[in-house]
Amino acid sequence: MQKKERQNAVLRALRAAFPHTLPILAGFACIGFAYGLYMHALGFSFVYPMLMALTIYGGSLEFVAAEMLCGAFAPLETLLMALMIQARHLFYGIAMLDKYKGTGKKKFYLIFAMCDETFSVNCSADIPPDVDRGWFMFFVSLLDQIYWVTGAALGGLVGNLIPFNTEGLDFVMTAMFVVIFLDQWKKDKQHISALVGVGFAALCLALFGADGFMLPTMLCILCALTLLRRPIEKGDAK
Amino acid sequence: MTMTLTEQIITIALCVLATAATRFLPFLVFSETRPTPKYVQYLGRALPGAVFGMLVVYCLKNVAFLSGSHGLPELIAILVTAALHLTFKKMLVSIAGGTVCYMLLVQLVF
Repeated sequence: MQKKERQNAVLRALRAAFPHTLPILAGFACIGFAYGLYMHALGFSFVYPMLMALTIYGGSLEFVAAEMLCGAFAPLETLLMALMIQARHLFYGIAMLDKYKGTGKKKFYLIFAMCDETFSVNCSADIPPDVDRGWFMFFVSLLDQIYWVTGAALGGLVGNLIPFNTEGLDFVMTAMFVVIFLDQWKKDKQHISALVGVGFAALCLALFGADGFMLPTMLCILCALTLLRRPIEKGDAK
Repeated sequence: MTMTLTEQIITIALCVLATAATRFLPFLVFSETRPTPKYVQYLGRALPGAVFGMLVVYCLKNVAFLSGSHGLPELIAILVTAALHLTFKKMLVSIAGGTVCYMLLVQLVF
């Protein structure tokens, strides 16, 4: 009996999580596929994008890593480059410290699989009270990774056989972040932090360009949030 | 391809290591048993708003605002997404609507 109840709770979490991952299914099927295709075009077997999607599991770094694999062997450069590209996960971790608390054995996988999209859903989703939070977040993470790995493997396998024009389909990720940003905006009692994020990211993008703006952006956000702590906490308390 | 298989494996392993390090570090530094410092708790509350703003800009980083279509298709599609979301409040409707709008714009108009 108890075992059955637990199974039901797990299934309920899966059912609750799945709709939240649909935009990511569309986005990852498309971008993952494009990634597999890209590696295929560089001359790699589909095993490469598939295994890299499984182990690195971070879209932008995987594209860069594909490029690095074509160049000369430069381990130190690779490591520094990868750390810089992935540094934004430090922010996600700090934001999820509380939410991932008490999730038991699932916690290791939740952290390992915390990509931009999974973080966004797990951080912002309103999980129904009768659904187990740990299993909900676990299934969001797992489904997202399955989409990504499948997309990458298929892209590497069947490459150039897409039947319709998918140009622009990758916008689904931008649209998802816009929607999550709006929901967060409505949830926040103050909008200082949201404006800090958009403002400094846009400013740093203009100043440093697409390849080097994330680190300065994150430093600016950290400084701004630290300096504005009093007004932000006051606004939140209202 | 100039790398040997071993060199390829090391390169990929370093990418895995760097990614896992950035994801695990906050959880290793601030354990479940000790209380998290107040300042970090504050950051945890204030960061999501800023990070989602940053991610929207991150998605648009390769848009050329000064040449080509000047980012117009992106801007229009974002406004459509936001308008749909403020009207219907259905996540999937807003995302699907905005994406279809963008696809039509880049395939047929721009």
